[in-house]
Amino acid sequence: MKFVDEFRAPELVSKAGEEIRRLADPNRHYRIMEVCGGHTHAIYRFGLKDLLPSNVELIHGPGCPVCVLPMGRIDDGLSLATQPNFIFAAFGDMMRVPGTHGSPLEYKARGMDVRIVYSPADALKVARSNPERHVMFFAIGFETTAPSTALTLMRAKAEGLRNFSVFCNHVTIIPAIRAILDSPDMRLDGFVGPGHVSTVIGCRPYDWIAKDQGKPVVVSGFEPLDILQSIVMLLRQLRKGEARVENQYKRVVPWEGNRAALRAMGEVFELRPYFEWRGLGFISQSALKIRASYAQWDSEQRFSVPGVRVTDPKAAQCGEVLKGVLKPAQCKLFGNECTPEQPVGALMVSSEGSCAAYYNYEHRKPVTIASAAAN
Amino acid sequence: MCLAIPGKIVELDPHNAHLAVVDVVGVRRRVDLGLLQDEPPVPGDWVLIHVGFAMSKISEADAADQMRTLTMLGETEAAMQEVRGYGLENEEPDQSSQRLKQ
Repeated sequence: MKFVDEFRAPELVSKAGEEIRRLADPNRHYRIMEVCGGHTHAIYRFGLKDLLPSNVELIHGPGCPVCVLPMGRIDDGLSLATQPNFIFAAFGDMMRVPGTHGSPLEYKARGMDVRIVYSPADALKVARSNPERHVMFFAIGFETTAPSTALTLMRAKAEGLRNFSVFCNHVTIIPAIRAILDSPDMRLDGFVGPGHVSTVIGCRPYDWIAKDQGKPVVVSGFEPLDILQSIVMLLRQLRKGEARVENQYKRVVPWEGNRAALRAMGEVFELRPYFEWRGLGFISQSALKIRASYAQWDSEQRFSVPGVRVTDPKAAQCGEVLKGVLKPAQCKLFGNECTPEQPVGALMVSSEGSCAAYYNYEHRKPVTIASAAAN
Repeated sequence: MCLAIPGKIVELDPHNAHLAVVDVVGVRRRVDLGLLQDEPPVPGDWVLIHVGFAMSKISEADAADQMRTLTMLGETEAAMQEVRGYGLENEEPDQSSQRLKQ
């Protein structure tokens, strides 16, 4: 198999665009939130907004794990890692995220042992090869990555590996959606549901959004055609006055999710009573903590954590952008003091952050699917 | 981190039941199959990989779709960097059971 470089079915993309224009009631303004940062990235990259009528607005959701992590957690993790004989391991996405006294990469430049790993299993391997040192894996992510951290902890426990722990920042998507729906300044008509999170949790956890809140949810793939088809499915429901959960990404997402992954999460994690999210504040039962039966491998239970709370730099408006109240370019720092090269806020760091996506694609206007479809 | 990378199971690790060699566009690395224990993949199956763990079984056509998605998103380089970065290829066989016996 090779990587290919053509867009899938540009003629179908054009048709989906036409169908959206036909379905959208011109007397109504639709606000549809794409929850997942991967969708945000795709929407900007392909210029999908250009295919939508002006009354179908896409609001970018909180589904970028790097973006929603408050700075205090980064400071806490880094402060632990300044202990002697300590190795701080994290995904590459974390490396440039600013803490109060610098990013993990800057700590590395100051001599701390900071390592990029591509899998929690690799952090475990670093621990095996460095028995005289402690390896802390700084875990982030939604349900897409949490099962892998859980299984890694199960393997560490089975091996009796004592010099390994996880600083757990895993969050869960459903409470964040609930917090957004409860927010008085947010009116939404429906959701493009996350694709890869749903391979783990399945489609049932979204039922309440349809049943209790009356908003349709369509779990979606990541190609332009997937996202546009999902918007078509949402508009069809809205037109009929329906609210159901539908699965556009059937080729990858089973309705029931991945039970083995859910079991691993249940074995290792329990819900935190509350957790702070950048922009959304404290949300109850929105994050995972490591169970007492795994306390030996939990950095927070094993070491004393300062529990720092820091507010973002005053001028940065990450929170408002994360909630969808402001567009990225409406932040005062956007593109001036805060760029992907010199990020002030986390939304500019990750390629799934709406600021980075907006900066890279909206600013520069590359060849978009819209123009490709037109040719 | 949030990329799903498609790969083909080439062989199961005879020493470590939870590991398998996958091929991602010619790059071969070991990944963990523990999250697919309810429907264990066999050589020739296609899987989606997240952070070194196979997360779902997919068809070959869906694997091709996912490759195209990564290309379209401009993420092929990041995906291959991630796959090359997986460090399990030099793992000693069945270390965990040896440790448990000690």
